[in-house]
Amino acid sequence: RSMKYATTTGRNITKLLIANRGEIACRVIRTAKKMGIRSAAVYSEADRNSMHVDMADEAYSIGPAPSQQSYLSMEKIIQVAKISAAQAIHPGYGFLSENMEFAELCKQEGIIFVGPPSSAIKDMGIKSTSKSIMAAAGVPIVEGYHGEDQSDQCLREHAGRIGYPVMIKAVRGGGGKGMRIVRSEEEFQEQLESARREAKKSFNDDAMLIEKFVDTPRHVEVQVFGDYHGNAVYLFERDCSVQRRHQKIIEEAPGPGIKPDVRKKLGEAAVRAAKAVNYVGAGTVEFIMDSKHNFYFMEMNTRLQVEHPVTEMITGTDLVEWQLRIAAGEKIPLSQEEITLQGHAFEARIYAEDPANNFMPGAGPLVHLSTPQGDLCTRIETGVRQGDEVSVHYDPMIAKLVVWATDRQAALTKLRYSLRQYHIVGLHTNIDFLLSLSGHPEFEAGNVHTDFIAQHHKELFPNKKATAKEFLCQAALGLILKEKAVSDALKIQSQDQYSPFASSSGRRLNIFYTRNITLRDGKNNVAIAVTYNHDGSYSMQIEDKTFQVLGDLCNEGDCTYLKCSVNGVASKTKLIILENTIYLFSMEGSTQIDIPPPKYLSSMSSGGTQGGTIAPMTGTIEKIFVKVGDKVKAGDSLMVMIAMKMEHAIKAPKDGTIKKVFYKEGSQANRHAPLIEFEEEESDKRKTE
Amino acid sequence: APRPCARALIPRPRAYHGDSPARLGTQLDSGSAVYQENYEQMKALVNQLHERAEKIRLGGSQKARERHISRGKLLARDRVDNLIDPGSPFLELSQFAGYKLYVNEEVPAGSIITGIGRVSGVECMIIANDATIKGGTYYPVTVKKHLRAQEIAMQNRLPCIYLVDSGGANLPFQADTFPDRDHFGRIFYNQAIMSSQNIAQIAVVMGSCTAGGAYVPAMADENIIVRKQGTIFLAGPPLVKAATKEEVSAEDLGGADLHCRKSGVTDYYALDDYHALHLTRKIVKNLNYQKKLDVTIEPSEDPLFPADELYGIVGTNLKRQFDVREVIARIVDGSRFNEFKALYGDTLVTGFARIFGYPIGIIGNNGVLFSESAKKGAHFIQVCCQRNIPLLFLQNITGFMVGRDYEAEGIAKDGAKMVAAVACANVPKITIIIGGSYGAGNYGMCGRAYSPRFLYLWPNARISVMGGEQAASVLATVAENQRALKGKQLSSADEAALKEPIIKKFEEEGNPYYSSARLWDDGIIDPVDTRLVLGLSLSAALNAPIQKTDFGIFRM
Repeated sequence: RSMKYATTTGRNITKLLIANRGEIACRVIRTAKKMGIRSAAVYSEADRNSMHVDMADEAYSIGPAPSQQSYLSMEKIIQVAKISAAQAIHPGYGFLSENMEFAELCKQEGIIFVGPPSSAIKDMGIKSTSKSIMAAAGVPIVEGYHGEDQSDQCLREHAGRIGYPVMIKAVRGGGGKGMRIVRSEEEFQEQLESARREAKKSFNDDAMLIEKFVDTPRHVEVQVFGDYHGNAVYLFERDCSVQRRHQKIIEEAPGPGIKPDVRKKLGEAAVRAAKAVNYVGAGTVEFIMDSKHNFYFMEMNTRLQVEHPVTEMITGTDLVEWQLRIAAGEKIPLSQEEITLQGHAFEARIYAEDPANNFMPGAGPLVHLSTPQGDLCTRIETGVRQGDEVSVHYDPMIAKLVVWATDRQAALTKLRYSLRQYHIVGLHTNIDFLLSLSGHPEFEAGNVHTDFIAQHHKELFPNKKATAKEFLCQAALGLILKEKAVSDALKIQSQDQYSPFASSSGRRLNIFYTRNITLRDGKNNVAIAVTYNHDGSYSMQIEDKTFQVLGDLCNEGDCTYLKCSVNGVASKTKLIILENTIYLFSMEGSTQIDIPPPKYLSSMSSGGTQGGTIAPMTGTIEKIFVKVGDKVKAGDSLMVMIAMKMEHAIKAPKDGTIKKVFYKEGSQANRHAPLIEFEEEESDKRKTE
Repeated sequence: APRPCARALIPRPRAYHGDSPARLGTQLDSGSAVYQENYEQMKALVNQLHERAEKIRLGGSQKARERHISRGKLLARDRVDNLIDPGSPFLELSQFAGYKLYVNEEVPAGSIITGIGRVSGVECMIIANDATIKGGTYYPVTVKKHLRAQEIAMQNRLPCIYLVDSGGANLPFQADTFPDRDHFGRIFYNQAIMSSQNIAQIAVVMGSCTAGGAYVPAMADENIIVRKQGTIFLAGPPLVKAATKEEVSAEDLGGADLHCRKSGVTDYYALDDYHALHLTRKIVKNLNYQKKLDVTIEPSEDPLFPADELYGIVGTNLKRQFDVREVIARIVDGSRFNEFKALYGDTLVTGFARIFGYPIGIIGNNGVLFSESAKKGAHFIQVCCQRNIPLLFLQNITGFMVGRDYEAEGIAKDGAKMVAAVACANVPKITIIIGGSYGAGNYGMCGRAYSPRFLYLWPNARISVMGGEQAASVLATVAENQRALKGKQLSSADEAALKEPIIKKFEEEGNPYYSSARLWDDGIIDPVDTRLVLGLSLSAALNAPIQKTDFGIFRM
């Protein structure tokens, strides 16, 4: 096997190593199976029972959970490739997908890297280089500083020259990591340091570039493919403008409102870019587009993108198959003329995050997970199943919901319909946010840009309306029936199972039993007086309104449904009760109602952390700014936590003196763990009395 | 509206044809005038029962309740509701204790809630003071109700939970609450005895426990106190000041902090009522208690007929005869009844059935007791005792037959056989008075004096030594005889004037509310609830192992 042979001519791939995890690993395995290619997965200790491990024909452990020691460990992955005798490695996205050294290492080891040659990764990975290549190819670029001099002084001067607002970006960055918008000179220094820390962590390189920040731009990107035979094609554009934390959450293809001539210009510019670096395999050329549909080259991503399915849906292709065939030395399967655009596709990324809390990434178990039915026009790209865990170590994406229809409006309707059938319990998700986002009139009109969420913040985060009383009745009924199911199950185990004491009839002699149930709807407690009627129904009084409620639980699959009638209106709702929360899912939307824990429980558990700060999520303490005895003001930064590969500043909740710092830099803190304790102030003491 | 009789498909062992007990009862002509009249009259009594109970449920005056709640305390009934397993039934006892008992004083439920409920799966006797009625102080009837609850707990081996919130004895009534055997002191005596018999005694101090009351938690096996709410002391601050001039707050004298940290009088420190009840449930969970049944059980089955037909069958006219089998058919599992000696002594119906799967021997009246009926009853009781089958007495009895022939036949010794059998029977006995309860019939059918584990009344019941009219006639005859000795005659007007107050007095004193107010029974129940109340009572009774019965001499 000569290296010349491996990189230039066709070579059969019969076994593929997937150097990734989660949904993309599953996605690649699926195509491999379809093509009759055996698949080998790798997994970290945290992923031992993951879906991608189960799906692959074989799987190899590559070390502990932190990705630096597993999915980012080139040696281990090469070793697995050798042991498993895989001819090729598919890197997926993220991790090693745009790592030039790794592509190079594969080449040296005689393993096909399913991706572009290392030279192309290098050219495109270093933003300053990529821009000059583009400039040479005649594509307009955005003004910036891409120099060697990385001194704070120099970077600040260039920022001043370009003019605020500017963007600080990690030279080797991507995916929003190591990227900061700076709106004024005052905040430049802090943001620069923060960007560097994140870049160092993510890419082991903290070189930065400065760019003019274009306000209200659109993010439009073109899917391209190149092969070893010098061909390059484009598969039209995707619009990925709607972002939060500089990360995409909803993507579509084709871009709304883009005229065929612009589309053609975009595509041709992208092909020129690919050809300029002798590009091979799947790549994406990102443009920033202004309101007049002028576009400027931003960067090229030398990998398969997360959002590639929308392109597949409108072109009827399997891009992973294309990747594998091209990697094996074949020509691009279709010529430019043969690639046609049909219909419209959306992708919504379902994340474990809390949109109400600045999209704070989350982690935890997927206690309940049910999805819409997949079909030709609806794809659920996921790497997790019910019972799996969204790990703190990796990206918190749970799934991608991809829908296709003949036009944008139809696709959007379908997207919303499918989102309503996506039910997740166990952690915060952005599903409800995706629903309000995709239902926003401006989004429907296709008026998207990268500031969309900030601009429409008020409508996208409406003040929570009080839950309809009928839903509260359903929640109360669900609670009572679930409780009954538990006591019925216990009853059967006992020797005395027919005793009427074991029933849940709530019977009293000569009087009715009225039970006061308190539920929490958002921030408000709602009192429900539930009277147990003798015929098994309940009269529920909320404020001055009384409802006649009756119903049953029924199990279908592993889901429990509440079939009930409230004042004669029958409904069937999926019911999940997890710890102190009741979840109701129906086509009218999802309702989440809390069961406030009794005062004696809450006062005991919160006792220890009163007047301190707690970890918003599980993560590593990166930096601590304060020590015992320091006086701080409310809002001062106390420490920086790294979790889900993002930085979180922990700020002082109030003025005070630091009494105790519970962690050292570099140590791991669990979610809700107390981080810092404040001295008890006189005012606090009085309050607790 | 008639309830649908839900009947699950219950697998039964392979059986010979007709092996299962015969179905009892008939489809009634619910359109008949008698049925209609009976139904309406009974329904009216039941409505009255519900209305009166609804008032009693409230407890003390609105002002007292509001003051109680404003202190962050739960009302006595809410305490019970939050103590028992969520959604489970509560068998309340003696709801009408103290009803119209004291002049110018309403004492709803005798100012104490008692009853049986499941706590952490264990059937417990719950005794809860209602502090909204005279500060939860003990009237004579309160003491009586408390002691009756303890008696039931002792007989049925039910762990006791005392939710204490009481100022102690009601001083104006001290003579009727303090000195006698069955007065205040007996409460603590019972606690000690039950504890010695391994019947758990748990006290929750949710308010004051003053003087004698202090012994309720102090005598308990485990206890809980609510901070800034519960206090325990032998003498309150005013008495202390009077005695020693020491000035001290109630909290410092006997609050939760003192007793949990210093004196050790209490074991668990609760932040509020909810917390205290939560801790109580935990204590019960840790009792390591297991209910062991001494009887076989079968799957429970609803009767074939709607329960409210009982209204139309029985009615309120005690002179109107009805077939007690129709009553049984609306109480027992699947309306199945194996009648014993059906053709002999047929004024007494005896037989075997099940209620909520528990076996039961039923004795019901179908008329006046003759010698044969009494002998049959004694025989049946012997059979049940031999086999550990609990007994149910459905009492509707005017008495034993009178007259020369019957006396000559020896009805006195035959009646004595039945009375002796009833008295000695050690299986759980439950009595429901579904009509009249007069004279020696009350004895033979297990009246209060025969210590049934539970005794309930229907709202149409009447209890007295004889019927009011008979009593009036007897007294009129005596008066007539006395006058005749003096050579005088009793005019019909005189007779009526003599009879009327007697009839009235008997009517008033034979009334179920008069009885219940004085703890002569354990409660008045809606006939529709009979099956449920029996099931709950049987379930509670079966917590105690069934003792062997030794009968005395039967006069042959």
